Amino acid sequence: MNKQHSLEVIVGAFMAVGLVALFFLAMKVSNLSASGDGSGYALTARFANIGSLKARAPVTMAGVRVGRVEGVEFDKSTYEAVVTLRIDRSVDSIPDDTFANIFTAGLLGEQYVGLEAGGSEDYLRDGDEIQHTQSALVLEQMIGQFLFSKAEEGGK
Amino acid sequence: MVLDALARLGRVGIDALGALGRGHLLLVRMVAGTAEVVRRPGLLVAQVFNVGVLSILIVAVSGLFVGMVLGLQGHYVLSQFGAEESLGVMVAASLVRELGPVVTALLVAGRAGSALTAEIGLMKATEQLSGLEMMAVDPVRRILTPRLWGGVIAMPLLAAMFSAVGVMGGYFVGVGLLGVDDGAFWSQMQSKIDFDEDLVNGVIKSLVFGVVVTWIALFQGHDATPTSEGVSRATTRAVVHSALAVLGLDFVLTALMFGN
Repeated sequence: MNKQHSLEVIVGAFMAVGLVALFFLAMKVSNLSASGDGSGYALTARFANIGSLKARAPVTMAGVRVGRVEGVEFDKSTYEAVVTLRIDRSVDSIPDDTFANIFTAGLLGEQYVGLEAGGSEDYLRDGDEIQHTQSALVLEQMIGQFLFSKAEEGGK
Repeated sequence: MVLDALARLGRVGIDALGALGRGHLLLVRMVAGTAEVVRRPGLLVAQVFNVGVLSILIVAVSGLFVGMVLGLQGHYVLSQFGAEESLGVMVAASLVRELGPVVTALLVAGRAGSALTAEIGLMKATEQLSGLEMMAVDPVRRILTPRLWGGVIAMPLLAAMFSAVGVMGGYFVGVGLLGVDDGAFWSQMQSKIDFDEDLVNGVIKSLVFGVVVTWIALFQGHDATPTSEGVSRATTRAVVHSALAVLGLDFVLTALMFGN
């Protein structure tokens, strides 16, 4: 009986250590502690070009993460990309004339949505659409425009 | 001549199919006997001890070294792109997604699977299994089922320990030795490793491997020729087959989980 008991204690300790390891991975290694899954409210924004923006990309205001991109869809009637943003519930005072940009973190980094607050007194609510947007900068287009303007200058 | 060769090929095919069928029947019988484990949890505890507790040392030490090697090699590659801060992501993603479940399964197959096969095979060779049947005790339920569940319970816990120790090993090498920034190491890891996509899929993988490794080990023992040579062959087969099954299944699971 006593031997069986100590065996149970050891196995219990083993399972506890295993669960602690899982907990460590969940809280310290993965984004479980940082993500508010499904909570928060949804905003949409239309962009002419989203570059390589993907679902789950961060949404930031003043550089601070306030939500994430929930999904990207294509509107086949207007030929625009419709991006759904899931904003944390605590950030409930985004003015309705806020400007949404698609930025790139670093030169080759991932793309994210940056919100620049406007001056309006009215705040965006669940399901609203951000009216002012700016598309992602596509490197090839920028280089193309640069070369084009250079060629124009040379022609004068 | 040709007919002989054909007959040999046919025999190989029939043997392989027969073993596959017997293996699946055994799995069904083991799972059907789960009630026995609920009635006598002591049997299960003893098997979790055998497979899990006794494998902690090798799993933890391997995890530490695998994590440290990942830290060194990852730093070498990432520093060429000036992206040393992503070392944490690289170490944690490779451990949680792939190396944790797979290497743990291979270690458990070698450390505990071979022992299971030898134990069951010897029980069969010394007619202990027949003895149980004589006493109207079903050896599959009494002997095999607790071992199967013990392996299934122990495997994900061991894989989690492997990954956790490995992340710490990568941290020691990356931050302690090579001077990667402490905060960037953890924050990049946390922002890139997803709970559902990476962690849960890793746990699902190790659950699948737990079933496969213990199942193959138990089947090889149960199906062994009851001689000393037969048991030794079955032990070898158990380790080889489980290693191949783990690596093959890992490809399939990875393609299903992370393929798109």
